[in-house]
Amino acid sequence: MYKTEFITTEEDRKNDATVVFGFWMYLMTDFVLFASLFATYAVLRTGAMPGSLVFSAPFVLLETVILLTSSFTSGLTLLAARSGSRAWVVAGLVTTFSLGARFLTMEMSEFSKLIAEGSGPQTSGFLSSYFTLVGTHGLHIAVGLVWATALAIAIARAGLTRSNMRKLMLWSMFWHFLDIVWIFIFTIVYLLAL
Amino acid sequence: MIWQHIIFGQLSLAALPQNPIAWGGAVVFVGGLVVSLLAITYFKFWGTLWREWFTSLDPKRIGIMYLIVSLVMLARGGSDALLMRLQQATSVGASSGVLSSEHFQQIFSAHGSIMIFFVAMGLMFGLINIVLPLQIGARDVAFPFLNSLSFWLFVAGAALVNCSLILGDFSTAGWLSYPPLSELAYSPTVGVDYWIWSLQISGIGSLLSGINFFVTIIRNRCKGMTPMRMPMFTWTVAGSMSLVIFAFPILTVTLALLALDRSLGFHFFTAGAGGNMMMYVNLIWAWGHPEVYILVLPAFGIFSEVVPVFSGKKLAGYTSMVLSVLAIVFFSFLVWLHHFFTMGAGANVNAFFGIMTMVIGIPTGVKMFNWIFTMYKGRIRFMTPMLWFMGFVVLFTLGGVAGVVLAEPAADYQLHNSLFLVAHFHTMIVSGVLFGFFAGLTYWLPKVLGFKLDESFGRKAFWCWLIGFILAFGPLYILGFMGATRRLDHYSAALGWQSLFIVAGIGAAIISLGFAFQIAQIVRSIRRRRANADTTGDPWDGRTLEWSVPSPAPAYNFAILPIVHSLDAFWHEKEKVRAEGKGFERVLINASDYEDIIMPKNTGAGILIAVFVFALGFGIVWHIGWLVAVGFLGAVIAITLRAFAEDTEWTMTAHDVARAEAAAHKHHLTRHAA
Repeated sequence: MYKTEFITTEEDRKNDATVVFGFWMYLMTDFVLFASLFATYAVLRTGAMPGSLVFSAPFVLLETVILLTSSFTSGLTLLAARSGSRAWVVAGLVTTFSLGARFLTMEMSEFSKLIAEGSGPQTSGFLSSYFTLVGTHGLHIAVGLVWATALAIAIARAGLTRSNMRKLMLWSMFWHFLDIVWIFIFTIVYLLAL
Repeated sequence: MIWQHIIFGQLSLAALPQNPIAWGGAVVFVGGLVVSLLAITYFKFWGTLWREWFTSLDPKRIGIMYLIVSLVMLARGGSDALLMRLQQATSVGASSGVLSSEHFQQIFSAHGSIMIFFVAMGLMFGLINIVLPLQIGARDVAFPFLNSLSFWLFVAGAALVNCSLILGDFSTAGWLSYPPLSELAYSPTVGVDYWIWSLQISGIGSLLSGINFFVTIIRNRCKGMTPMRMPMFTWTVAGSMSLVIFAFPILTVTLALLALDRSLGFHFFTAGAGGNMMMYVNLIWAWGHPEVYILVLPAFGIFSEVVPVFSGKKLAGYTSMVLSVLAIVFFSFLVWLHHFFTMGAGANVNAFFGIMTMVIGIPTGVKMFNWIFTMYKGRIRFMTPMLWFMGFVVLFTLGGVAGVVLAEPAADYQLHNSLFLVAHFHTMIVSGVLFGFFAGLTYWLPKVLGFKLDESFGRKAFWCWLIGFILAFGPLYILGFMGATRRLDHYSAALGWQSLFIVAGIGAAIISLGFAFQIAQIVRSIRRRRANADTTGDPWDGRTLEWSVPSPAPAYNFAILPIVHSLDAFWHEKEKVRAEGKGFERVLINASDYEDIIMPKNTGAGILIAVFVFALGFGIVWHIGWLVAVGFLGAVIAITLRAFAEDTEWTMTAHDVARAEAAAHKHHLTRHAA
């Protein structure tokens, strides 16, 4: 699985596979969590839909492109890790972090614009569900950013140890997962509203 | 004033109890806590407690801690039940009973929440921790630290619930806190916030446990244990944990949305502004119904272990038992609407869910018949675990039939919200879940304690529970038909209900006597531990792998990982020896045949994270900004540091393993001789 000297035994490999499987299970629970939020959004959307709420298509598209690109760079980071290049891994993490952070600031600015317009989450059930669904995704992105930072520090310090490799793998799964959730948000929240 | 608000949020002296009974509760709770702390200090037990228990990652020790917390919470939830029975037996006509309406509402809300989240869930995870790794021939769970974290989150949730005894009030909105009643407009005090955050914190712990044990079963089984060679308890836990994985995130979301409504003024479930309270009821039951099966499946698993062992026969219909577990897992997500037929979803929707509800009774019926077939022509030993089973068979069947009555939407329109419903679900949860876990305690505790529980007190406890239960809940079925609604704190004397309520009260008192016998049983068993010692490691002539190691089981469970070739592997191994006309004896292998064992190091990280999370929850409940910040940041930093901690394992050398095994063997021989 990895081209590093740190994998030694069959036991290690089995343990790593267990961790990855466990993380898949966690991602399943997160899928159910988002599914519940999507259901909530679908129910409340039929409620009081404020006429003033118009999403800007180019803005959301840019957000999407940035997030998808960050997913691509996280994939490259994993490839760099497998070829054993510590510098490229850190560079990949930094790039992914920057893209993710840009995505998050765009989302924040959209939120603050809506709130300034008087369309905050306290306005209606529909806006509550919109802010919560998109915001929960944003919160996950924030977790991913903290994780990427900690990973970059750990890898810069200790190198591509077995446990760092494993964490990188999990982080990458997490990041791709957030991408998939975003595709659903893009479609269900934004495309349907346009 | 401003400073007071910044430091204490909404917390003030007015939060202390306001009436004698609430004071009583607070004094008993704080008094119990202070006495325990003083006792631990007096016996200089803090060091041992911290090093060998609080920081332990050994599932067997974590399991025992779960059981202790759950039994304490059972006492709390049971006292609530007694107060309710007392109120309903006395509050008739001119008399207003012992409790105010407000206090009565808090008590029934606390009773339900505590019994499900902190008693039933705790006993379940306790038993799973103790037995599951042993039963699948594993040394540990898949993620030992996560296990400790789950436990401490469970404790943090339990602590938060108990805070409401002393500071502020508890929710008056029932155990599931339906909006709009649970919204800020109608429940302006901290009660519902206590409910939300204690359940949220312990619920996240349960979710992590669900993942942990599911992965453990999938990945950590010993060689040769194919799915169809897994013991039934393992199968039911696999089913239950997969339900946890799919159902608990829904609870997390539902509680979070209600919290957003209450704390930040959102409008998910409010009566106005486009909120939809019916959505709450759907969401909470989409978790709540599977939750019932999360609890009862492991109890079914326990009976599936107990009945064959105490009948001296293999389990009848193993394959059909496995299939019925899978069917229950599947159907449990298709019945949630039967909790609110009267919401008015329409005849076709109600008919679908009514039929599904009757259908899910079929796999449960299959199990009933298989257990009874297992007993048929068996050499039955009527010991305590078997008694709990026999009580279960009768009561659970009756309760199940009442459930089928309720599954009929037309009948449900008459019976919903009545004491008939209360009697029905208590029959299912008490006789199904609790009796099952009590049987499990008697059956498995010798494995971790090294001695059997006192049989005589165990029997007395059982009979008190059984008779008390029939007296306490039989009248409720009748009262329900007579029109008595649930959550009733006062009624007219002309209705003629009082005598039945008094009988129910007597029943509750007899159940408390049963609980007292259980506590006495534990005390006496500890005092007579030498006489009741389990010298063989196999006190019941068991069939599964947990009985193949000495009692108490060593921290590493198995010095040599077992390889199994069949279902009931240990039984077949014993049978082979018995066929040669010899008695089965555990033998020591050559010292050179042992291997190094990698073990997780003890850590206080779980307890530390839980302390921060508790602070976070308490801060949100009382609007204490700085405490929320400290709790949140502390938890994030602690989790990150732990996630990147290296050096979390140590190696027990083959030499040490050999020594420990030899010592245990010698101990066993001397005790056996004595």
